[in-house]
Amino acid sequence: MGAAPAPRDVTSYGMGLAAPLALFFLVFFVAPLLQLLWLSLHNDTAALHWGLGQYLHFLTDPFSLSVLGSTLLLGAEVTAVCLVLGFPIAWLYQRVGPKLQTIIILIVLLPLLTSVVVRTFAWIVILGRQGIINATLQSLGVIDTPLKLLYTQFGVVIALAQVQMPLMTLPLITALGRIDSNLDDASCSLGAGSWRTFFRIVLPLSLPGVIAGCTLTYAAAITAFITQSLIGGGQMLFMPMYLYQQASTLQNWPFASAISIIFLLAVLAVVSVFTTLGRLSRGYGGA
Amino acid sequence: MSGRKRTLEAISFELVMTVIAIIALIVIIAPSLVVLIVSFTSGFSLKFPPPGYSLRWYAELWDAWQLHFAAKNSLIVALWATGLSVVLGVAAALAISRSPKLSARLLDSLFMSPLVLPALAFGLAALMLFSLVGLPVSPLTLVIGHTVVCVPYVVRNTVAALAQLEPTLLESSAVLGASRLYTFRRIVLPLIRPGIIAGAFIAFMSSFDNVPVSLFLRDAATDMLPIRMWQDLEGKLDVTIAALSSVLIIATVVMVAIMERVTGLSRRLTN
Repeated sequence: MGAAPAPRDVTSYGMGLAAPLALFFLVFFVAPLLQLLWLSLHNDTAALHWGLGQYLHFLTDPFSLSVLGSTLLLGAEVTAVCLVLGFPIAWLYQRVGPKLQTIIILIVLLPLLTSVVVRTFAWIVILGRQGIINATLQSLGVIDTPLKLLYTQFGVVIALAQVQMPLMTLPLITALGRIDSNLDDASCSLGAGSWRTFFRIVLPLSLPGVIAGCTLTYAAAITAFITQSLIGGGQMLFMPMYLYQQASTLQNWPFASAISIIFLLAVLAVVSVFTTLGRLSRGYGGA
Repeated sequence: MSGRKRTLEAISFELVMTVIAIIALIVIIAPSLVVLIVSFTSGFSLKFPPPGYSLRWYAELWDAWQLHFAAKNSLIVALWATGLSVVLGVAAALAISRSPKLSARLLDSLFMSPLVLPALAFGLAALMLFSLVGLPVSPLTLVIGHTVVCVPYVVRNTVAALAQLEPTLLESSAVLGASRLYTFRRIVLPLIRPGIIAGAFIAFMSSFDNVPVSLFLRDAATDMLPIRMWQDLEGKLDVTIAALSSVLIIATVVMVAIMERVTGLSRRLTN
């Protein structure tokens, strides 16, 4: 009664502003994915007969399962390499002056913003029969005939690791920057050595960054169509190329849809495992 | 005694970490340098080191009309997709950034999901939808598809910039009698502009570089540069691609340098 109306909150904006993008996503993102799901639940290309035939086909076919398995394994290998190489970069970043920090960030950022085809092409030049590695080893007399590096698992892992490195390093730099440097000093003055301090203090406290980096790297590595197909060649088949072949070359859209859904679920499963680990690690880190 | 032992131990740790870090940084930067060097070869192959140096492959690139055509298409689609991403993304970021509502959190997850989901699956799904409603593949379908996968970068960077904004600034402005629109134009927008520009830049680069969505949503009339390059590389190892790659690397370095000046890109991505 007579009370002034509650003052409007001027620090936030109405949800209505999100409506255009929400609508755009509903029509062009959610609807297509639902249609993908719908089509994958049909046994024939004309989509007349409902059934789980496409999924049964995938899950009982040793070839399809091996493609899925090798894709998930590839992601794990790339993520491990990125973590082992990326962590020291983040560590070094915290120990140098601002000038060097900017240089390190720009070196890390550059590949993220350079075209993936260009980055992959660079690895073809490096790993090829006449590439740097073979040329160097031959001139040193280590090998007589060029090593086969292109079109191998090793080549794909190393090229993907370089391509995805920024996704691992950037969250690690953020996480290490949030650690109180006094903890480091305290640990050392209490008699713990540098290695012990690293594994008992720094690494556990940076777990949120490690997990964020691993999630991004893993998701990017297993879907990296261009690098997989150009460095892996025709001999190695991973899920993205398998999907593309079924959809485009063979025009088997229901089966391609089922591959997409299975691939999507695999990615979501990995991401949610990482997210759960992240939540647990934040409790452990004690914020 | 123990002090000396500890020093050795500390040195071994620092040495190992520094050496791995330097090796990692070399691994990151070396491929780009290799491409730059190889592009100046006078030979016909991607042999490294090159047998001699020349500009012949740049001359070759100058005449490669197919690549020019694809580059023009990629540029047009990237500009439209970035523009659309900024308009839709900034509005959405304003709505969800300071809202404690569950719906805001859910929308945030929805808008970010294209970053994690396999883009190839989305590309196929979008193609099926467009063919169902009878919309043939065209620059329009490409712009729509690219916007879905690029808008998360704009939303994320704008939300981050809004989170840094002092709420008291908005309250002061309101207390002093400014309308919301005036406050937005004179206070909010200038403060979040670097965040929007950084997001738009990353969105533009990822659209220009997009393969998985373009693969399904383009045809011969709308050839896109990364796909043209990929198909050229599948067929033959053409040194012209090295010259084109070098041009793209230099362009990226220049743009990143400008963005670093304008928006402090490096701080933005590590905070």
